[in-house]
Amino acid sequence: MMKLKVNGHDHNIDADLDTPLLYVLRDDLKLNAAKFGCGLGQCGSCTVIVDGNAVLSCVTPLLLLEGKQVTTLEGLGTIEAPAPIQRAFMDEQSAQCGYCIAGMMMRAQALLQKNPRPTDAQIRSEMELNLCRCGTHMRILRAVHRAARLMQTADASPVQGSAQ
Amino acid sequence: MALSRVMGIIAAGLAIAGAVAAFAIVWRPAIATIEPSSPQSFDAALVRHGRDLAAIGNCSDCHTLRGGKDFAGGVAVPTPFGTIYSSNITPDTETGIGSWPEAAFRRAMRSGVDREGRHLYPTFPYDHFTNVSDEDDRALYAYLMTRPPVHAIARKNQLSFPLDQRFVVAGWKLLFLRHGTYQPDTAQSAEWNRGAYLVEGLAHCGACHTPRNALGAERATAQFAGAEVDKWHAYAINGQSPAPVPWNADALFTYLRQGWQADHGVARGPMAEVVANLSTVPDSDIHAIATYMASVFGVPTPDHRLRADEVLAQANSGTTRLPSQASNPDATGAAIYAAACAGCHETDRALPYGGINLALSTALSSPDARNAANIILSGVRPSEEERGPIMPGFAAGMSDDQVAALLIYLRARFSKQPPWAGIATTIADARRSQTVSLQTSAASPNAAADATKREKP
Repeated sequence: MMKLKVNGHDHNIDADLDTPLLYVLRDDLKLNAAKFGCGLGQCGSCTVIVDGNAVLSCVTPLLLLEGKQVTTLEGLGTIEAPAPIQRAFMDEQSAQCGYCIAGMMMRAQALLQKNPRPTDAQIRSEMELNLCRCGTHMRILRAVHRAARLMQTADASPVQGSAQ
Repeated sequence: MALSRVMGIIAAGLAIAGAVAAFAIVWRPAIATIEPSSPQSFDAALVRHGRDLAAIGNCSDCHTLRGGKDFAGGVAVPTPFGTIYSSNITPDTETGIGSWPEAAFRRAMRSGVDREGRHLYPTFPYDHFTNVSDEDDRALYAYLMTRPPVHAIARKNQLSFPLDQRFVVAGWKLLFLRHGTYQPDTAQSAEWNRGAYLVEGLAHCGACHTPRNALGAERATAQFAGAEVDKWHAYAINGQSPAPVPWNADALFTYLRQGWQADHGVARGPMAEVVANLSTVPDSDIHAIATYMASVFGVPTPDHRLRADEVLAQANSGTTRLPSQASNPDATGAAIYAAACAGCHETDRALPYGGINLALSTALSSPDARNAANIILSGVRPSEEERGPIMPGFAAGMSDDQVAALLIYLRARFSKQPPWAGIATTIADARRSQTVSLQTSAASPNAAADATKREKP
């Protein structure tokens, strides 16, 4: 039994301490944004934010998370009120199959929290770890730049992607 | 009176002689520029040979910026004396070496003097390159002069007075540059001699693996005894090697050929670049280097051999847990190891599909915790176009305290060495530099995993 803080709420988790965070998020807390991709910490689809850093939840056992704050995509925004990062990814239509996108958004979010105006090179370097097999990288890149702008201007324009 | 006049004449004579001597030591003539020859004028076989040699010399590591144009220079080389920027060695006539005749290139390799006669700083390892033969210099010259020219002005070195004065380098050379230090040993095989020629010369292994003295020169009495390089510890590669299993020629060949070896692990940090470059070099040269280095490592003591056999037997039995060296191992570290590491490092899957059994890890038996800390934080990135082991980094997932607990546990359980001192500092340092120094570098211009590419210079 362990207390785990996810998206601002405390949860009592009844799982072995060597259980990967990803399993707890998906199976116990039913937070399904983070995806199981490779299970080896090599693809990034399981990325969540822990204390402000992008973390690969499939290789992060619970015992490393004592006293830390976990944020998943569900903690950023909702369908009704998407967070800037989500709005930007929708506006740029960055998802194709979408499997990598939750992880992409979480890593981008962590980057923008530390560096509100990243250069193209900084975004590429930071996002290098997260893989997209559909090849939507250019749209993802644009979405991260757009999210950076949105976060600075509190943009209130309607979501273009969902307004079609 | 007469005596003092004589003394005066002698003093003046000495002063003049001294000035002449100093001039002779410092002054080097410029060599006249040439119009660059067309790339087609170079013999294709010579160019190909030059490429292999450039790969052995690891030239791109210092002369190619990450993501930059091949051999255009500008790479910052931090030294205890300041930062030195590598030069542009493309055949651009204005900013590179395009107007250098072969004699000027050979002089730079042999004596560390540029075409204009200026002394080069010994970050360019001419203390090793002085051993390169005229024929090999010719091939290297042919290779470099047939690369695409890049206009890139060298960045100014950040050195303080008097080290920013190049004549100072002449004094350094007087003390430390020995021409022709490599002499063939007729008692040894041709292969051994080829290996010695490469290792002591172009491959300049000692530049990283030999500790340096206060003036930045390799300590002749501690050859290959291990040193600090680019935030990594370059292991001792002589009789003092910390590897739990002694190296031999076969293991060295495999390691240098594919970048990892089942009983020793993976090349990381600056060494990853070295083996990536070596990937296109002919087997015969890798065998030669392995043969020579095996003799530098020396024959392991019977005691070392016995311990190695024990460790190997236990590691190869897969699931067998090794007996703990510590009577009361750190419980936090043990729990982290069991949860985050053992899933890969304690299975019956051999490298590269599983992690190396950590009892075989050189990093954990090394006198310095630096490499182990680096690898926990940053993992092992896959190398481009090559098969090899991988590991996720835990920089974001583990706090400094957690990394420290893990390191203490790993050291106690998997090595027979005393605990590391100053782990907190090591981890803080490793964390500071990990984002900068551990990113994958630009693909090496020499790296071509596809062997068929070797025929195309």
